Amino acid sequence: MAKVLVVTSGKGGVGKTTSTAALGAALAQMGQNVAVVDFDVGLRNLDLVMGAERRVVYDVVNVIQGEAKLAQALIRDKRLDNLALLPASQTRDKDALTEDGVARVIDELRQKFDWIICDSPAGIERGATLAMRHADVAVVVTNPEVSSVRDSDRIIGLLDSKTLRAERGERMEKHLLITRYDRIRAERGDMLKTDDVLEILSIPLLGIVPESQDVLRASNIGQPVTVSGPDSPAGRAYAEAARRLKGEALPVSVPGERAGFFGKLFGRRAA
Amino acid sequence: MSASPKPDQPSRPMLRFRGRSFLALALAPAQPLEAWLADLDAWLERSPGFFTGRPVILDLSAAKIPVADLGSFIADLAGRSIRIMAVEGIEEGSLGLGLPPAIGRGRDATLPEAKPAADEGSKQPKSAPEPVSLIIDEPVRSGQTVFHPRGDVIVMGSVSSGSEIVAGGSIHVYGALRGRAIAGVANQPGARIICRKFEAELLAIDGLYKAADDMDPALHGRAVSARIVDDALVVSALD
Ligand SMILES: Nc1ncnc2c1ncn2[C@@H]1O[C@H](COP(=O)(O)OP(=O)(O)O)[C@@H](O)[C@H]1O
Ligand SMILES: [Mg+2]
Repeated sequence: MAKVLVVTSGKGGVGKTTSTAALGAALAQMGQNVAVVDFDVGLRNLDLVMGAERRVVYDVVNVIQGEAKLAQALIRDKRLDNLALLPASQTRDKDALTEDGVARVIDELRQKFDWIICDSPAGIERGATLAMRHADVAVVVTNPEVSSVRDSDRIIGLLDSKTLRAERGERMEKHLLITRYDRIRAERGDMLKTDDVLEILSIPLLGIVPESQDVLRASNIGQPVTVSGPDSPAGRAYAEAARRLKGEALPVSVPGERAGFFGKLFGRRAA
Repeated sequence: MSASPKPDQPSRPMLRFRGRSFLALALAPAQPLEAWLADLDAWLERSPGFFTGRPVILDLSAAKIPVADLGSFIADLAGRSIRIMAVEGIEEGSLGLGLPPAIGRGRDATLPEAKPAADEGSKQPKSAPEPVSLIIDEPVRSGQTVFHPRGDVIVMGSVSSGSEIVAGGSIHVYGALRGRAIAGVANQPGARIICRKFEAELLAIDGLYKAADDMDPALHGRAVSARIVDDALVVSALD
């Protein structure tokens, strides 16, 4: 059965779009049929990170408004043919997304793909709540700093109240992805400790992605980091996170830490 | 804290707070909302920050905003630094977790039947007439308010920074208390606040309060109990 996954955070610039592309590509590399959907109408970005910006003809708003068929708007990835992108519109604003229209598009995507990964805009308003509305699973992207953690906490509250699942009284599966983790700054105490982030947010840890030049390089050449640098620390962290999403029980490693610490963190996965 | 809405006239419930009282301002928007928001903006231009940090109740008896649009309207207000602590004058008994609690609905026999299923996730008390404990199994997240003026509130998880619990009676938190806990609002000086890990932003019982800055740093992170002794709010370690 198809799974709809929302990548969300509350705060902007924490790595949602980067993570959407990297997780989408990683799941596709594992043989899954994946669609990544850009909900950041007006500030579209995912097409750039996926290197598809010059191939955008129709977008999600065109599909919602009946100006294009879904199949016309979907852009197949150049390297992975089981990975497709549904781009956002750059010219319209968020009001162009209607509740019914989004529901129809998601339903149609569910027929064709194993995973539908929705890249959420920042904020807690309409765009963000529409992006999470149909999700079965949420990846909450957080940087280890106070404001990002607080915003994620807020978003988790919305995931538990504003999604269809929550309204039906069903549980929403939520995972925490800590990104832009900097070992040096962590050691200096300039960042929140992973343990503290986990304790505050109390949702299971999906992975820790290091702050890395590889990510910037990947987005500059328009490739998800799991494609451009599968063996880089960030690429590996995303690939492992994707395996965990598929249900594998891999221990989470802290970038740059010695092995002894891994088990401890894994033991701290919240229920 | 009960607010009895009179048509066309914002009601002004009183809250007692450390011997002083303050008004919960009632904002009563009118249709068309764009025009009303423009008026509000004009007013805010003269008194910027008037609502900031003040308790504001949203009275919807005139505006009749559909519940589906309420979140974005409340967000519009939040964008103007107006934080809505509760909503009155709506038909629905509860608005769900992301929205402020609904208050001021009748508590008498004319109440409609408690709604099943759809209300499941709600932290609102149902239409039970007697004081009753409210048990919350999940963490209370930043931005959420639990408003239970008729009884105790028991939270099995943590209460996040930026969230708020308001209870008629006592508040028990079995995780960390990092937000605001306001107990005894139903005139209950005997109410207590008890938590397993104390990092609260604010504690209040029956109107007496202590902000984070006034609290003994030695208690930070410990299991504590707070109560009123000789008209003072006293926080002490449990172990
Ligand atoms: N792990 C990382 N290391 C270094 N830079 C990163 C990392 N993750 C994201 N970035 C950079 O941070 C910026 C914001 O990332 P983005 O994915 O667009 O965030 P969001 O979608 O949450 O706004 C981008 O320039 C991106 O390349
Ligand atoms: Mg983005």
